[in-house]
Amino acid sequence: MPFFYGTEIASRLMLGTAQYPSPAILADAFKRSGAGVATVSIRREAGGERAGQDFWDLIRDLNVQVLPNTAGCHSVREAVTTAQMARELFDTRWIKLEVIGHADTLQPDPFGLVEAARILTEDGFQVFPYCTEDLVLCDRLLSAGCGVLMPWGAPIGTGLGLNNIYGLRSLRAHFPDVPMVIDAGLGLPSQAAQAMEMGFDAVLLNTAVAKAGDPAAMAEGFAKAVEAGTLARRADPMEPRDMAAPSTPVLGKAFLE
Amino acid sequence: MSVAITIRGAGVVGLCVATELASRGFQISIHDPAPTPGPQACSWWAGGMLAPFCEGESAEEPVGRLGQQAADWWAAQGVEVVRNGSLVVTLGRDRQELDRFTRRTEGHVTLDSGALAKIEPQLEGRFDRALHFPDEAHLNPRRALMALRTRLEAAGVRFEKSDAMPDGQVIDCRGLAARDTLTDLRGVKGEMVILRAPDVELLRPVRLLHPRFPLYIVPRGDGVFMLGATQIESGERDRATVRSVMELLSAAYALHPAFGEAELVEIGVDARPAFPDNLPRVRRRGRVIYVNGLYRHGYLLAPALARMVADLLIEGNRPEVMDEDRG
Repeated sequence: MPFFYGTEIASRLMLGTAQYPSPAILADAFKRSGAGVATVSIRREAGGERAGQDFWDLIRDLNVQVLPNTAGCHSVREAVTTAQMARELFDTRWIKLEVIGHADTLQPDPFGLVEAARILTEDGFQVFPYCTEDLVLCDRLLSAGCGVLMPWGAPIGTGLGLNNIYGLRSLRAHFPDVPMVIDAGLGLPSQAAQAMEMGFDAVLLNTAVAKAGDPAAMAEGFAKAVEAGTLARRADPMEPRDMAAPSTPVLGKAFLE
Repeated sequence: MSVAITIRGAGVVGLCVATELASRGFQISIHDPAPTPGPQACSWWAGGMLAPFCEGESAEEPVGRLGQQAADWWAAQGVEVVRNGSLVVTLGRDRQELDRFTRRTEGHVTLDSGALAKIEPQLEGRFDRALHFPDEAHLNPRRALMALRTRLEAAGVRFEKSDAMPDGQVIDCRGLAARDTLTDLRGVKGEMVILRAPDVELLRPVRLLHPRFPLYIVPRGDGVFMLGATQIESGERDRATVRSVMELLSAAYALHPAFGEAELVEIGVDARPAFPDNLPRVRRRGRVIYVNGLYRHGYLLAPALARMVADLLIEGNRPEVMDEDRG
């Protein structure tokens, strides 16, 4: 299993914890999929006197690695403050850094992201930046101290899958040793399998599972797809080619006519 | 001589249980630190939709089934129940949300824009498609609470200002306050807005589906509308945020631009009591029966739970939502 900042994760499937019909169904989804990391938003839930504590206790009871996030933050300052709050609440240096740049598409703000990543890294955080597949942006994030990248497949909640295959492939190829998680935009297990086949280390999703008619079944489907994609990657797949190659030798017939 | 029972909590659950038990001959008193219906109870802030079919989209099975008793029960208590059904619509680019809702619910008919305009004239031309749930209903929650209280008083039920544990048989309906004993209970924060929009006329609740900002609007009569409601995993019972209110208001504005000129009458916030599966529970521990966790389904489920409690006390029938019975 891949290591993120020196910690080995239990599964290549990571799940968000928002929008499920109930915390019980959320727990089922984790149980059936064996997902190894749970992301949790705190920006809106925090309030006075740790008002979100009951829900966070339920997340802790899942017994998986918790990755708090800064979802809902639109500025560097908001994201940094939220990250600091998260560190206190969950006693972890991990933070999934989201700095939203566009309210409608929830597209990351690349400029704010780099700045916030630098501030948080200097403050001792281990930053998981939610970013686009842009090579230059990813390079800057690595220079800012990030040890993991989380490029999107497509905008959050769209379920469109891997929107820019070329960009993602080229990102993977340019930084072969950086752990990378495809975060956001996945709608179907086949898309998760594709990400794993392309050599990404893990996938993180939320809406595709939480909003499915049967979230736990969908989570299990994703887990199986992630496993399939990982196996395929390791097995060194054949190259696609144009000429047919029959798997049974065609004896006694002229060939290359 | 009839059996004396004390009910703790004068919210929707306490009042419904009291009504049901009083009607079956028990001698009831109700204890609450604030025994008059008011903003201290989260049922004060409810929408008052009796929408068992719509709720089936996200709630588990018992909610829809048990909720189908609600409209008749409330009407039988003399509460004004408006049986005009309810509508579900979506804005153009979110039409998949309506497809999903259609797949996951029962008891609806699809209306085209002409049919929609016929039953809800002010929505004419605004939506090309809507779902109509003809068997759903709604009520005014505050009036409903007041009506139950008035009837109970007339029936000789005593209301006492008290937060202490009473003697004898107790039914604990304190909602989130029972978290001191029911440790798996949590709060789910909800924010709502009340508007006065004399230019808008809606005859039934309308739900606007949206991937990020879902909204429902319940007409309360006299040009007054309730917009609800956020659902945030937090036990916070005050502090409506700008973001939440802005989301509710812009969704309402998107539903009908005339809401832009509405008067802001009230901004409300409270936390709903919920168990981890968001389903209600009846628990018996010695002389105390707990009825709690009705989540966002207070008015929809309280009648069914009240009946279950009565059947438990009279017939010894174990309620289907009972998960603990310790003598």
